[in-house]
Amino acid sequence: MKTFRLAGALAASIVLLGALLFACSDPARDEAVESVLQRGLTSDPESLDPHEMRSVQAANLLRDIGEGLLSYSATGELVAGAAAEWTISEDGLTYTFHLREDARWSNGQPVTAGHFAFSLRRLVDPATAAFYAQMLGDIVNAQDIIAGDSPPADLGVEAVDDRTLVITLVRPTPYLLSLLTYPSTFPVHPDAVAEHGDAFTRAGNLLSNGAYKLDAWEPGSVLELSRNEHYWNNAATAIDEVRYHVLTQEMTQLNRFRAGELHITGSVPPDNFAQIREEHPEELHIAPYLGVYYYGFNLTKPPFKGNPELREALSMAVDRDVLVNRITGRGEEPAYSWVPPGVDNYEPRRFIYAEQSQDERNAHARLLLREAGYGPEKPLQIELRYNTSDTEKKIALAVQSMWRDVLGVETTLVNEEFQVLLANMRDREVTQVFRSSWIGDYNDAHTFLSIMEGGNPSNMPGYKNDQYDALMQQAAEQVDPKSRRYHLEEAERVLLADHPVIPLYFYVSKHLVSPDIIGWGDNVLDYHYSQHLSLAPTAATP
Amino acid sequence: MLKYALLRLLGAIPTLLLVIVLAFLMVHAAPGGPFDDERVLSAEIEANIAAAYHLDEPLHRQFYRYFAGLLQGDLGPSYRYRDHTVSELIGTAFPISLKLGTMAMLLAVVFGVAAGSFAALRRNTLPDRSVMAFAMTGISIPVFVIAPVLVLLLAVKLQWLPAGWSGNEGAARFLLPVIALALPQVAYIARLTRASMIDVLASDFVRTARAQGLGTTAIVRYHALKPAMLPVLSYMGPAIAAILTGSVVVEEIFGIPGLGQFFVRAALNRDYTLVLGIVIFYATLVILLNLVVDILYGAIDPRIRQR
Amino acid sequence: MTTLFNIWRRMRENRAVMVSGGILIGIVIVAIVGPLISPHDYLQTNFDNLLQRPGTAGFHLFGTDDLGRDLFVRSMLGVQITIVVAVVASVVSLVIGVMYGAVAGYVGGRVDAIMMRFVDTLYALPFIFFVILLMVAFERNFLLIFVAIGAINWLDMARIVRGQTLSLREREFVDAARLTGVSTAAIIMRHIAPNLLGVVIVYVTLTIPQAILVESFLSFLGLGIQEPQTSLGALVDAGVNQMEGASWMLLIPAGLLATILLCFNFFGDAMRDVFDSRSER
Repeated sequence: MKTFRLAGALAASIVLLGALLFACSDPARDEAVESVLQRGLTSDPESLDPHEMRSVQAANLLRDIGEGLLSYSATGELVAGAAAEWTISEDGLTYTFHLREDARWSNGQPVTAGHFAFSLRRLVDPATAAFYAQMLGDIVNAQDIIAGDSPPADLGVEAVDDRTLVITLVRPTPYLLSLLTYPSTFPVHPDAVAEHGDAFTRAGNLLSNGAYKLDAWEPGSVLELSRNEHYWNNAATAIDEVRYHVLTQEMTQLNRFRAGELHITGSVPPDNFAQIREEHPEELHIAPYLGVYYYGFNLTKPPFKGNPELREALSMAVDRDVLVNRITGRGEEPAYSWVPPGVDNYEPRRFIYAEQSQDERNAHARLLLREAGYGPEKPLQIELRYNTSDTEKKIALAVQSMWRDVLGVETTLVNEEFQVLLANMRDREVTQVFRSSWIGDYNDAHTFLSIMEGGNPSNMPGYKNDQYDALMQQAAEQVDPKSRRYHLEEAERVLLADHPVIPLYFYVSKHLVSPDIIGWGDNVLDYHYSQHLSLAPTAATP
Repeated sequence: MLKYALLRLLGAIPTLLLVIVLAFLMVHAAPGGPFDDERVLSAEIEANIAAAYHLDEPLHRQFYRYFAGLLQGDLGPSYRYRDHTVSELIGTAFPISLKLGTMAMLLAVVFGVAAGSFAALRRNTLPDRSVMAFAMTGISIPVFVIAPVLVLLLAVKLQWLPAGWSGNEGAARFLLPVIALALPQVAYIARLTRASMIDVLASDFVRTARAQGLGTTAIVRYHALKPAMLPVLSYMGPAIAAILTGSVVVEEIFGIPGLGQFFVRAALNRDYTLVLGIVIFYATLVILLNLVVDILYGAIDPRIRQR
Repeated sequence: MTTLFNIWRRMRENRAVMVSGGILIGIVIVAIVGPLISPHDYLQTNFDNLLQRPGTAGFHLFGTDDLGRDLFVRSMLGVQITIVVAVVASVVSLVIGVMYGAVAGYVGGRVDAIMMRFVDTLYALPFIFFVILLMVAFERNFLLIFVAIGAINWLDMARIVRGQTLSLREREFVDAARLTGVSTAAIIMRHIAPNLLGVVIVYVTLTIPQAILVESFLSFLGLGIQEPQTSLGALVDAGVNQMEGASWMLLIPAGLLATILLCFNFFGDAMRDVFDSRSER
């Protein structure tokens, strides 16, 4: 009898296998009538609460489901958002916003100035513990509130009536308008927060004031958005549903794009890039991006402490053309400045050696290294730390071999997992040279230059130059854009001469975009609102 | 039997405690915290966040807090997925991993046993050698090579199967991951079955049966299969472990939101609560599964129980 | 001495042992000698010669990788490191496993029960998770890889050795030693351990391929050996990304890895036969 059971078990398991497979097949959804946009996303948003979010991915998602006072057009120009118009006082300290009459939440209720005031106060409230609270740092009383010394109600933000919001600043902040496009400054509905507490961002609870609303979120898999019928510009929204597929591996995104399962990828893998370019010349979109990839020096410890010549030698010996053409190869711009090109109202200063050929630079670098006291009899030995990743590894290997071949420097590579590297960079105990990067939060040179001020927490090298700090301070007080720009550019000149960092290249945004997509616009911020896109009428949903 | 099972369950409690303490200490020993970023926060904001998540308390206080929650079945909020709790995340991820693992396991056992028995019956013939050569190759190629090759071939080039997970409904999306996951196990089980089947076929009672004129099919089905399955059954424990390991890779490559992928992500992000939650969950699972395997083993082979 | 000679004689008679062993030795010799003869070294980059196809041009027999480094030398370095890692890790697990299992089996009784209970406990730990945590939390180094792999493998070894020891304990020569007043430690070292040789050799040859796979798995997660050093697992991982454009970057190291794993598996299987036939007679 028992033997039968065993044979039976085998047969049963086959049946079970079939049944399981069958059970997994959900009935196909009816998508024929609606246009569905399939986008790739490189990681889950950590939160859809505008005040809890911090990543680029979360910000991209929030741009589809929310809207700030201002917004960006498809080509990256600042345009009206929830506010129809605004005025700025003569001294640049008072901003008055007039909300549009038809701004609506996804439940049909109007978006009021009071909602904005509530949300901005919530952002700086210590109880919220928002990462981006510092974004509003220039608003009256913001710093005291963040430090817990004043109640959030004291923030220099006032809802004069339902449709008028006044923001008062402590110093002119010309980039305030672009800050107000950033999802941290998006409104949340006070009633939703009060009713659902932490759960107010759940699908079903979340009230959105953007072009789309959240239908479902399967962590690690997909976020499903659908049209917000109450959005003021709903008539202009072409695509009915958007699916963001969370795919951490760039290769997977590529494969799914090629299999016709994605319209837009969140990125493009670095390997085989030449082949991708050949296969998809029309679909590949490369555009400059506000981000700098750099190697920093630990300025608090030897051998780099008080040794700008040595730092300059290492900086000059890196052949950035080889780096961007042969190693990264995705159209990145070699970096000879700290602020990327393409920033509004700014012209980056460049290293003096930028105009030289690489051979001249190498010769000069060897000279500098010898002056610093290193040579064949006393080779420089340094440690380069980078975070575990294929691209970072390749660049580190290339730079290691450049330093060896040009200068005879012996570099030890140490790859550390990202959080470990961050901890080490901040401690400045074991680091010598380390990899890092900075992505601009808003389209202004200030977002890059400010982190190099002495004492700025993101100032990884530990750079401190009083002349630099003074120039930055003066720039902050200028109302006249021209004069402000002059001070910022001067500050960058000082920074570059000190070589606290080696800027290697400026990032580019990289996407594969299906030819079925209409309305895609490359821009330096890499913002691509789904509401600006549409699908070619013939395109079948993939 | 029931007493035995209960005793084993009781014995599992110290194991679980050890797992919890070890995992807790390890995640907290790892440099960096869950909220670190290149965009370093100002001291005030950092303090606000630490206070909000009780990360400013001494470690033992944090442990008591966590443990107290655990006893009430609360695994806490995820630090990385701030809109979700750990229980929720495990709740959505585990069924997916379970389906994937179960299917891979069934596939591996069914095909492995069939191929192994087939090879054993034709010992030292060409079919035997080809099956075994295939099995050896299957063991010798890492999953992270098999999986992308399968995707490139079947999904990208031939477009027979979907390349990814989300947005593809139905059974087809399970096919590639399950195959990639099962292949090495098919190979291993085939080898085990073949070896033990050959032993059993050479044993006295099979020879007796053969002498009585029973056909090969009957002998295998009624006499040989069950004893030959014993080594396979005791391999189930390691196989479950292997599939767990493999699923980390497969989930990563196919973008499947299962527990393995969440764990790797959580470990990298210092999502303390999620790491702990998954480790505790898995440890419990493995303990239970081992128990089941032991009981099954006892059911087939009464000698074990007598021990 | 005669036992060793007997084993050797049987090994020579077994074709699978000789063929797989021969291939393994051949690969190891080439891996050691090859880099010495080659005009290239493992870390020299050449940005003008990226992804060159395998061939005789520039004496890049296996072509070059995406940094223009010679793939032959790197593959050979990979073989060296992979085998060293696997062998040392297996030896680590062997030493721990044999000592633990032998003590448990020989002493027996309550000690045995407690020690085996502990092994059962460890079995339930999701080891791979702990390995990932270990690698994430600490600076990468060689030692850690050994520890990680060894920690996974010693449990099986301990169980097997304990079983063998239990039966050895009852044999006459052990009784004799005990009666003449030889200490327990000495009995384990002198009489028990040597007689476990057969099981241990077989088991180690089968543990090595597992260790190789664990190492390659760690490399896949980016938690493996530090560049510019490399292992076969790391090379395969890099090759997977270049699968379409530069298939040799995948095929060559993957082929080597598969061959080595195959040989160890065949060798281990065949060694089992060698020892089995000995015990039968």
